[in-house]
Amino acid sequence: MSLRRWSVTLLTALVALVTIAPLIWMVSVSFMVRGEAAQFPPPLWPASPSLENYRLLFGTFGVGRFLFNSILVSTLATGLALLFTIPAGYAFAKLRFTGRDAIFRMLVAALVVPGQIGMLPLFLELKAMGLVNSYAGALVPWLAGIFGIFLVRQYCLSIPDEMLEAARIDGASEGQILRQIVLPILTPIIVTLALYVFLSSWNDFMWPLIILADQHLYTLPVALAANSRQNVQDYEIMMAGAVVTTLPVLILFLALQRYYLSGLLTGSVKG
Amino acid sequence: MQLTRRHMAGALAALPLAPLLGGCGTREDDALTIWAMGNEAASLPALLGGIAWPADAPPIAVQPLPWTAAHEKLLTGFAGGSLPSVGQVGNSWIAELAAIGALAPVPAYARRLLHDQFGAVVDTNRIAGKTWGVPWYVDTRLQFYRKDLFARAGYDGPPPDWAGWKAALHKVKEQAGDGNYALLYPLNEYEQLTTLALSAGARMLHDEGGRGAFSEPEFKAALAFYKSLFDEGLAPRVSMAQISNVWTEFGRGYFSLFLSGPWTIGDLKRRLAPALQDDWGTAVNPGPDGIGSAAPGGSSLVVFADGAHDKAAWDLVARLTASVAQLALHEATVDLPARRSVWTAAGLMRDPAVAPFRVQLERATALPKVPEWERIVTEMQIVAERMVRGQFSVDEAAREIDARADRLLEKRRWMLEKGRAL
Amino acid sequence: MSAQRRTSEGASAVGRAGEVRAGWAMASPALAAILLFFALPAVASLFLSFTDFDIYALADLGNLRFVGLANYERLIQNPLFWKAMTNTLLFVAVGTPLIVALSLFAAMLVNSRWLKWRPVWRVALFAPYVTTLVATAVVWRYLLHTRYGLLNYLLSFFGVPPIDWLGSPTASLPAILLFVGWKTFGYNMIIFLAALQTVPRELDEAARIDGAGWLTRLRHVTLPAIAPTMLLVSVLTVAGMFQLFAEPYVMTQGGPAQSTVTILYFMYEEGFKWWNLGSGAAVAFLLFLCILAVTLVQLRITKRSGAI
Repeated sequence: MSLRRWSVTLLTALVALVTIAPLIWMVSVSFMVRGEAAQFPPPLWPASPSLENYRLLFGTFGVGRFLFNSILVSTLATGLALLFTIPAGYAFAKLRFTGRDAIFRMLVAALVVPGQIGMLPLFLELKAMGLVNSYAGALVPWLAGIFGIFLVRQYCLSIPDEMLEAARIDGASEGQILRQIVLPILTPIIVTLALYVFLSSWNDFMWPLIILADQHLYTLPVALAANSRQNVQDYEIMMAGAVVTTLPVLILFLALQRYYLSGLLTGSVKG
Repeated sequence: MQLTRRHMAGALAALPLAPLLGGCGTREDDALTIWAMGNEAASLPALLGGIAWPADAPPIAVQPLPWTAAHEKLLTGFAGGSLPSVGQVGNSWIAELAAIGALAPVPAYARRLLHDQFGAVVDTNRIAGKTWGVPWYVDTRLQFYRKDLFARAGYDGPPPDWAGWKAALHKVKEQAGDGNYALLYPLNEYEQLTTLALSAGARMLHDEGGRGAFSEPEFKAALAFYKSLFDEGLAPRVSMAQISNVWTEFGRGYFSLFLSGPWTIGDLKRRLAPALQDDWGTAVNPGPDGIGSAAPGGSSLVVFADGAHDKAAWDLVARLTASVAQLALHEATVDLPARRSVWTAAGLMRDPAVAPFRVQLERATALPKVPEWERIVTEMQIVAERMVRGQFSVDEAAREIDARADRLLEKRRWMLEKGRAL
Repeated sequence: MSAQRRTSEGASAVGRAGEVRAGWAMASPALAAILLFFALPAVASLFLSFTDFDIYALADLGNLRFVGLANYERLIQNPLFWKAMTNTLLFVAVGTPLIVALSLFAAMLVNSRWLKWRPVWRVALFAPYVTTLVATAVVWRYLLHTRYGLLNYLLSFFGVPPIDWLGSPTASLPAILLFVGWKTFGYNMIIFLAALQTVPRELDEAARIDGAGWLTRLRHVTLPAIAPTMLLVSVLTVAGMFQLFAEPYVMTQGGPAQSTVTILYFMYEEGFKWWNLGSGAAVAFLLFLCILAVTLVQLRITKRSGAI
């Protein structure tokens, strides 16, 4: 193997190692005994790995509840987001209705507006609707996903019109066309979108922090943040908590990374 | 994958789920929920086991909150209408919650709960003629010092008057050696300056809490004294974040005196080396001419307005503040009981570290009881820090604090004019 | 697919009407949600910023006052607002070029013809982006610990004395920048990767044969070819830097000495700690104007340089 090949590979490997080093250390510390990590020089590996922190997490701290909340909210958010954005994205791409292009241009312009701008009034709005401190309140931002519509529309544009026209001539209704012709074609982008919404809603922190007041509704990131500002000294348990929060998402990503990465490109490079 | 129409039907079917999901968050109406923080929350289950709660009363549910998020959670709960029936509320927050109408005042039939209390503590809870919470445990801040280092400098303990106190600190610093100081007053904490201010007799706000009184001579005296501590090299210009570990540094002699509350007694016992356990003690705060004052702290139990189970809530509060429960709370958390008679029962006056707290509490003064107070005092400390770092003179700093306080109180003045404020 | 009925030209008009109906039916739920949960609050934010909505108003709406531009005036006079602005602009000005350069570097590495096991490195470099921000912020808080942190330990091998990353006002900004860079460079890297693959190999080869060095080829062949992508990545990164919140919230609580208070953190404290929702809304609106302004400037600069 040429020197060049090895040197480039080695350099990349080094960069990659430095990049995932914090994550490896996170897992390593989570298996350490209480107090083991707070010494100088900092240890890299546990002297005798123990599951004590995880036992404490799921036992005393009830992390199982937060895990359940995260799974529930993310799954519902994904399902609802798909339900709302797929038909809309297809409609904007292929169905000619009055005002379609004008509305779509407004949506693209709205992409520049940061989500946080409406956070405070949205809180008041949900309070009026009685949805503060509830799962429904936490789900609300995922119904209004402009990026998803954009993504689906982009993908739908590549569906040949003749296919749809032929179906219409054969007498199929628009709904049947969506179900039987378009959805199968859309499968890769559906997976991408689902993954994207699941990951984003799982990792979402600021909105659940604001909308959820009761501890038993907390999702994992909120619970972790609430406890991290308190337990300043207990490294090992915090790391275990961080592992529980990141691992499901990381595994999901590793399993479906091809879809995620291709979806990112479809949405972004076109601009 | 489904038909568009089924998509729609699905979405419509999900709508009835919405109230269910919305309701999923609220607690069941038949339970009596109590919010508590920190160690007290951890000790509540055991406490509740010992209070003989009647069988026909609603069951009690405890929700713990971390201290760092408690203030936000209380206000979010109020804004979202999800406050519980009973809550543990830090005394400095009572004014805020009362002003927005989140609390129910202590009813006539529960008035006896306010007897056998420290005057200043009850005073903190008394606003506009009504009392808004029953003190649960109390604390205050006073001096923790190194007895051996003071002895080496020729003192039994810190003198009670400012002049003597400063002289003692100078001697202690001389003895402490290079790189060490006499005193730790972290620049990000405001309690040190407010304690000096209260000891000097400053009222800090006037006009029913509508304007700043930081330019009055008493506060300026405290401000000047505070500044001199840094200018004369008695205290380092640091914030708490730069002290990696207070107890280690205290043990090392980096400083020989700092201001803290009763929780530090346990911390010092646990974290200082056994050899040093005889070398630290507590003392009441100094004042310009003798023993000074301090702000009474601690938490009270409140009943939230518009909560369920009013009578049961006050019953719970009564039971949790009864002498037996107070004793149990002290044993579980080492918190100082609010009821003065319990101090004797618990033998607290015999503990030399705890006894000064009683003396200090008898001489405590309530801080201004306006909702904006925490914000004002945060700004005060920011300006004080700048003054210590040389950006302001004492007079300039006092004027600046007044200006900021006046700006923060503008709405309150409007409310007072309209008769809408407490 | 089952044929329901045969059509003729007359049916095409009916078909068109059906298409319009279906179009609206499919788009309305999403549009309604966007209107209700995004557009409405955004507009309300503007109106809220003209009132003094605070904790008193929350208790009783009668305590609400319309104050015009007073919130904005007060913000402009508030030194903490300017500190937050300065911190945020520092993040934007220093962080954006660093992150863009880092992701371009990583993309060029992964794109290299001589790389083995490409998918492995690509995943490893992208992994931080996918992780939960709060969890990794906690991890980094411990990595940056003055005494027990791995970073200072590694630096000690180079003779660097322990840096108080999160406790000193001057080191805290770089610390957070380090963390944000690590967390987000993967996303940009993927975008650059796609763009790099469109750079015509022949041009690069021709330049190499002509004797152009690696840097010259970068400047004259690669960069011009991916200029639109550079713009895109810069715009995305700038928007991201403006919206930093979780990092200061978890790692430093805006400290020490408010050196890491960002605009969004300031907005959170105004709105949800102090309950000045009117003032918080004003901050949100100003933030929006900033992002808009910077985005437009970036577009203008790139158009003028003729790259797109």
